[in-house]
Amino acid sequence: MSGPVGQPPTSKPGVQAGRTRPRHRLLSLGLLAPSVIVLTLFVAYPFGRTIWLGFYETDPFGGNRRFVGGSQFAGTLTSDEFTSSLWVTFRFTLLTVPTGLILGLVLAVLAHQRLRGMAIYRTIFSSTVATSVAVASLMFLAVLSPSVGVVNQMIRWLGGQPIYFLQSTTWALIALAAVTVWQNLGIVFIVTSAGLQSLPEDLYESARLDGAGPIRRFFSITVPLLSPTLLFGFVVLTITSFQTFGQVDLLTQGGPLRSTNLIVYSIFDTAFRSFDQGRAAAQAVVLFVILALLSFVQFQAAKRRVFYGR
Amino acid sequence: MAVDTVRAHVVSNRSSGRRRTAGRVLNYALLTGAAALVLLPIYMTLVFSLQPGAEALRFPQSLLPTSVDLSVFARVFEVSGLWRYLLNSAVVAVAITIGQVVTSIMAAYVFAEIPFRGRNLVFGGFMATLIVPTEVTLIANYDTIVSLGWLDSYRGLTVPFLATAFGTFLLRQAFMGIPRDLRDAANLDGYGHLGYLWTVAIPLARPSIAALSVFSFLLAWNQYLWPLLITNSDSNRTVQIGLRSLASANVTDFNLIFAGTVIASLPIFALLILFQKHLIRGLTSGAVKG
Repeated sequence: MSGPVGQPPTSKPGVQAGRTRPRHRLLSLGLLAPSVIVLTLFVAYPFGRTIWLGFYETDPFGGNRRFVGGSQFAGTLTSDEFTSSLWVTFRFTLLTVPTGLILGLVLAVLAHQRLRGMAIYRTIFSSTVATSVAVASLMFLAVLSPSVGVVNQMIRWLGGQPIYFLQSTTWALIALAAVTVWQNLGIVFIVTSAGLQSLPEDLYESARLDGAGPIRRFFSITVPLLSPTLLFGFVVLTITSFQTFGQVDLLTQGGPLRSTNLIVYSIFDTAFRSFDQGRAAAQAVVLFVILALLSFVQFQAAKRRVFYGR
Repeated sequence: MAVDTVRAHVVSNRSSGRRRTAGRVLNYALLTGAAALVLLPIYMTLVFSLQPGAEALRFPQSLLPTSVDLSVFARVFEVSGLWRYLLNSAVVAVAITIGQVVTSIMAAYVFAEIPFRGRNLVFGGFMATLIVPTEVTLIANYDTIVSLGWLDSYRGLTVPFLATAFGTFLLRQAFMGIPRDLRDAANLDGYGHLGYLWTVAIPLARPSIAALSVFSFLLAWNQYLWPLLITNSDSNRTVQIGLRSLASANVTDFNLIFAGTVIASLPIFALLILFQKHLIRGLTSGAVKG
């Protein structure tokens, strides 16, 4: 990109002339205005206001704000409720991100072969991108529900007792993780497939001539060369896992005993069911800091990606 | 000696051919097994939607519908406002898609072609919005919508999403990739900025515009948290939130829940099959640059 003032004076005449003419200033203002207005009103302003709200305490009736400085942030950060929801979110991330990434990669490697009918397999593996969180969650009732769920039918067939996945403190978070991993599978498959297709074919050819088997080739060529893509996928999946809401709302409502009270659900609950805007805003700011750190990692990863020549 | 070597060679060749066949069979077995696992939730949802009283069935008979009853698909439209939900989602998603494409084209063109003092700063501001997710701004945005009187309305569902920094970035890259010669030729032909944008830049950026359109539509159609928060009447609910109310109003009627789920997912599955190429482009460009 050139500097802020534009092309060097040697560039061609006409509309691209070095300095902006007043008419063009008006034009660029008009072209930018819709985006600037929307992004200011619905991203920048509410972002600032959320931070502001975090400094004000809300009374039990949802009004009458009182300035309390940083104490609400401190109180939120140390409250059992918030730390437990952070911990649940962290465990949820551990359950979903590595599993999702590995499964997506396995599917991509399986589908990265010249075999007849592969287009059908590729479509199937990417199909879960078409499911919304509501659709995915309800579809998992067909798998996990104690009565109709096919897993529980199998357990019964084998002579066991059905498991109440969504009502059990041991299983509920794992069940939500299963929905999430499944729903993310399509996008992870698509992204890692695109990464695989960009790897140089001749490297595999020479490794094969040197007698490296498929497993050796996977760990010595595919994984290292794909590491920028994998790192990217890791960060994006981590960010989305910190934003998870729909699965919780549809399947567990944060329960049982807050065992699935993920951070965004907790913010929603605090703001719109307990009507404690101040505390909810403080939680949202903490969420933002976490996500901003993750975005920073992603940015670094993206730079490495460019460095790798992709 | 020589004969032995030749024979050994032939034998090893034959066995490697056999090994290749075995390898292919193994590959297909793995692929098919993986495909079955991926499809399992979708398949079971379909089977249970077609079959009333599925909870009474025993494995493994339950894997195949023993009787097919399509009347549930009519019933789900009667007991819930599914038509209305689908219509709302379509209107909202189309409006957001058109809005995002138009505002992104406009802003991206400035960032690619019209230099002015402070442009990089404005561009940096655009990019900064990418790290602020909707979950963080939710509380304050709700207040804004309330004070605008847009609660439970199409305006509240669409206006906050009519611009996108991601789309602006994507199209800016596309505009910047157009060869300078074309720009110069358009200048010689007397085209101004808008003429060039309309007759040269937009047609040439069509693949990126298509990718952005499919991507925006998918995200808008699948939105959950925001529509849940700001709609409360059946007449403005989107299909995702409609599914939620369908499921909570008919907790034990799995037949009905699954039929609703199937219907709600059909439009996007159709989109995936029709525009797979654009969708994958949109998703991977998001992945590479997002």
